[in-house]
Amino acid sequence: MRDVTIIGAGVTGSAVAMELAAYDLDILVIEKESDVCEGTSKANSGIVHSGYDAEPGSLKARFNVEGNRLIHELSRALDFPFRENGSLVLSLEEEGRAKVEELYERGLANGVPGLKILERDELTKLEPNVSENAVCALFAPTGGIVCPFNMNIAFAENAADNGADFVFDTQVKKITKKTSEDGSIFFHIETSGEDFDTKVLVNAAGVYADVIHNMVSDEKIHITPRKGQYILMDKNAGSLVSHTLFQLPTKMGKGILVTPTVHGNLMAGPTADDADPEDTSTTAEGLDTVLTRGALSVKALPRMPITSFAGLRAHEDGGDFIVGEAKDVPGFFDAAGIESPGLTAAPAIGKYLGTLIAEKLSARKKADHISERKGIPSIALADDEEREKLIKQDPSYAKVVCRCELVTEGEIKNAITRTLGARTVDGVKRRTRAGMGRCQAGFCLARTIPILAEQLGVSFEDVTKSGGGSYYIDGNIKDLI
Amino acid sequence: MLNERRVSFKNGGISGMDIRELTCIRCPIGCQIKVEMENGEVKSVTGNSCPRGEEYAVSEVTHPSRIVTSLVRIKGGERPVVSVKTASDVPKEKMMDVISALKGIELTAPVHIGDVVIKDVAGCGADVVVTSDIPEGE
Amino acid sequence: MQDKKADLVIIGGGPAGLAAAAAARKEGLEDILIIERDVRLGGILNQCIHNGFGLHTFKEELTGPEYAARYIRQIIDEKIPFMTGTMAVNISFDEKTGLKTVKAMNGDEGLFNIEAKAVILAMGCRERPRGALNIPGYRPSGIYSAGTAQYYVNMEGRMIGKRVVILGSGDIGLIMARRMTYEGAKVLCVAELQPYSGGLKRNIVQCLDDFDIPLLLSHTVVDIKGKRRVEGVTIAEVDENRKPIPGTEQFYECDTLLLSCGLIPENELSLAVGVRINPVTGGAFVNESLETNIPGVYACGNVLHVHDLVDYVSGEASVAGKNAADFLLGKEKKSGDEIKFEIRPENGVRYSVPSTVDLAKMPDTLTVRFRVGAEYRNVNLVTYVDGKKMTSQPKAVMAPGEMQQLILVKKRLSELAGRGPFHELTVRIEEKDA
Repeated sequence: MRDVTIIGAGVTGSAVAMELAAYDLDILVIEKESDVCEGTSKANSGIVHSGYDAEPGSLKARFNVEGNRLIHELSRALDFPFRENGSLVLSLEEEGRAKVEELYERGLANGVPGLKILERDELTKLEPNVSENAVCALFAPTGGIVCPFNMNIAFAENAADNGADFVFDTQVKKITKKTSEDGSIFFHIETSGEDFDTKVLVNAAGVYADVIHNMVSDEKIHITPRKGQYILMDKNAGSLVSHTLFQLPTKMGKGILVTPTVHGNLMAGPTADDADPEDTSTTAEGLDTVLTRGALSVKALPRMPITSFAGLRAHEDGGDFIVGEAKDVPGFFDAAGIESPGLTAAPAIGKYLGTLIAEKLSARKKADHISERKGIPSIALADDEEREKLIKQDPSYAKVVCRCELVTEGEIKNAITRTLGARTVDGVKRRTRAGMGRCQAGFCLARTIPILAEQLGVSFEDVTKSGGGSYYIDGNIKDLI
Repeated sequence: MLNERRVSFKNGGISGMDIRELTCIRCPIGCQIKVEMENGEVKSVTGNSCPRGEEYAVSEVTHPSRIVTSLVRIKGGERPVVSVKTASDVPKEKMMDVISALKGIELTAPVHIGDVVIKDVAGCGADVVVTSDIPEGE
Repeated sequence: MQDKKADLVIIGGGPAGLAAAAAARKEGLEDILIIERDVRLGGILNQCIHNGFGLHTFKEELTGPEYAARYIRQIIDEKIPFMTGTMAVNISFDEKTGLKTVKAMNGDEGLFNIEAKAVILAMGCRERPRGALNIPGYRPSGIYSAGTAQYYVNMEGRMIGKRVVILGSGDIGLIMARRMTYEGAKVLCVAELQPYSGGLKRNIVQCLDDFDIPLLLSHTVVDIKGKRRVEGVTIAEVDENRKPIPGTEQFYECDTLLLSCGLIPENELSLAVGVRINPVTGGAFVNESLETNIPGVYACGNVLHVHDLVDYVSGEASVAGKNAADFLLGKEKKSGDEIKFEIRPENGVRYSVPSTVDLAKMPDTLTVRFRVGAEYRNVNLVTYVDGKKMTSQPKAVMAPGEMQQLILVKKRLSELAGRGPFHELTVRIEEKDA
């Protein structure tokens, strides 16, 4: 019997696990995919919102502002890439000024620090490439950009370092409320693999959170997956803007943002269309929308795409996050409807639910809790002195595997062998950036597969992109001759 | 869509007349050549702009031939396969026979460019030779 | 950090780097060092196991590894030092001393700096990935650039799929259609966005026609199906603006999509040292000596502009190697007050290499290489000097897939210069009756 079981190893589930792992609790995280950060958490804007957007008094507002503060701290303690680059909400027409002011007021009400309305002259000083049409903008200095993968991975690794167990490739099929001999309530979870029993159950199942919730609660919820498409541009375009440029929503629809990423690329997106919960395909129209609407924010949007992708946001009918214990099911906690600003809010949701659950289980903080985590060293980011030190420890840090992002064999081996290490090519990519660059793994894929095979002790055929049937190698030459 | 570049065989019918159309590959111009054949004999070549085109067309319709390149397995080397080729042209219709003959062969490193893998492969009169130097494994 | 020195550092041990090194040694240069990131010399030729190389250089038809071996033999016979498994990560240039510092690393020696008096950039090119093509659909495994697939099959002996669709009819795509067929896969078709193939005619005949593989011109992939592994692709015909024509979509059930949609010179190191890049080629702007805007930094091969035949790469690289050696040995012709002019590509001529010429430094004949933007038949290739027609050559056919060349004769240009200075040599395609 586990104390707590968390369904979903996305950023929210991992944040809850990390928080709870600080207590003397037996924790399990169940994930249907082969790695952490495989759903909404891997395909989003990577923005740490400052918190002016959400309705004052909403859970979104509360967890956003607190989450922003926490990410500032956690990025240092847990060593994941984050940069406070500040964000700007552009009004591209004079009529938008009132809306900018409204956002400013809302931000004040939400407790967002440092907000300021900038007129065009100040704006162009800050962003010389901003559109000629920008009349004014809301400036939020605490807005930031984060590596969404490594934040999620850092939370999960820290949870695992503190004793939380993770099972992957395991899909929850059925949950039954049961009463034990001593009269206490527990949950029996049937999955595609092993079955589990747990005292407390946390629902962090992303676009499937309604399915999980409705398995146990009579107060039904409903989630609509909303697809967002993005285009990632070459690093040569990365310096076009330094801040994250949002657009005010107009009659043309919700705006497309243009932002540098924390790794120095330029990104534009997202679109917003209702979709099937498995539909992460991009469309010609969607990608076209990203380029044409994104171009409105700047003088000229460079056409240097290196990849495009789509993610799904879990939009709940009520419009706000659902975070807390289900009224009709004691011991069942939701973190549902976690759409934007969910990435920012995740650590705050984790802290809130963690504290609530620890209290419920009368858990105590561990004396030997590990509060820090060291990321994978990066040869690309290290200075020569650090590089030499790493290479001295392990010469494979001098063997370049991914030439676009300058990722070495040492980094890839580290990614595979560390806590909750990578088991797939995508897992290596998200941890090290090998294959994330402008050639999109054209060169390094052939080098990454043998390293994965060797480190995991499997054949080349068993190395996958992201688990399941996503194999690369299909036998030997002339097998079919 | 049909590939118009395909060598086509239009049977003239009872007379045994054939008209074959092909793209000359001797130079970048890529002349569309027509070869008229009767009972396996070339009657006329048209559409070429130089004698090399005629030569190509005649050889291509009477005895088309190709160099075949492929791979065979190798043990004890720095990689598991080594590249090979037929040392001279083989009849076009024998290409896949050459490939089949290479299946199941395993060499042992080291091997050198020019080493013979199979003599007179598939009865084509050509030897299969190694085209990469593979030293003994690392 | 351990430091090294070399008069000439050549970045890249592929066909360009090898030919440059051999030529520099032939010119009398002693102190040369080749840096190669792969574990062996030869570059991409090692995986190009098909035949068709060397007809110009060696007057016989060789496979890629055999062609490479002939140059590697020269490097070994000449005892030219090289480092394999070594990645150059940065180049810097000191304007005061003219010295270049190449930062590199490998598993044996770690991180080190090499101080060089001259550098030849010979890093080659990479393939354009799916993302750069903005093909919509899912992102499953089973989508490979043709060169990646070629590596697996030809270097590792591994298959990467059983039913294959190829997008792009560049030469690597065509070559891989035949290779996949030889090794046991079924190739369903090759789709090409353009109304013509960028590949060589002989490859279309011998890699597609020989195996009844259809070439779908003016077609592209409009959707990719499959969440884990490719399950199929949808191909549609495109109109003259390359937009898919609704209603022409056809689904192909396959497990693999190979992309052969263009090559991009790998100029990250060139940018780092401040080399100016031509947006048309993606390679450096160079002068008659194949020298970039950074004195003593030369470029050749596919990092300079993408070639169709390796023989031309070797030829160009030999020129760069010789010129770099002359620069270092003080044999370089001195630039006088003579004419310096720009070569201006126009009307169908997309670019030229070189793009500037110093008449004093120009050899007796200078090969100018270029590509055209569309297929031209029965046209004239015309040159103008400051607007006055200089030469006109009839051309039966000029295709974008095949590199073109033009020979400039120094004597002729010097005569013109004798009559007064000029600044520009225009190269353009004109209709025959014009």
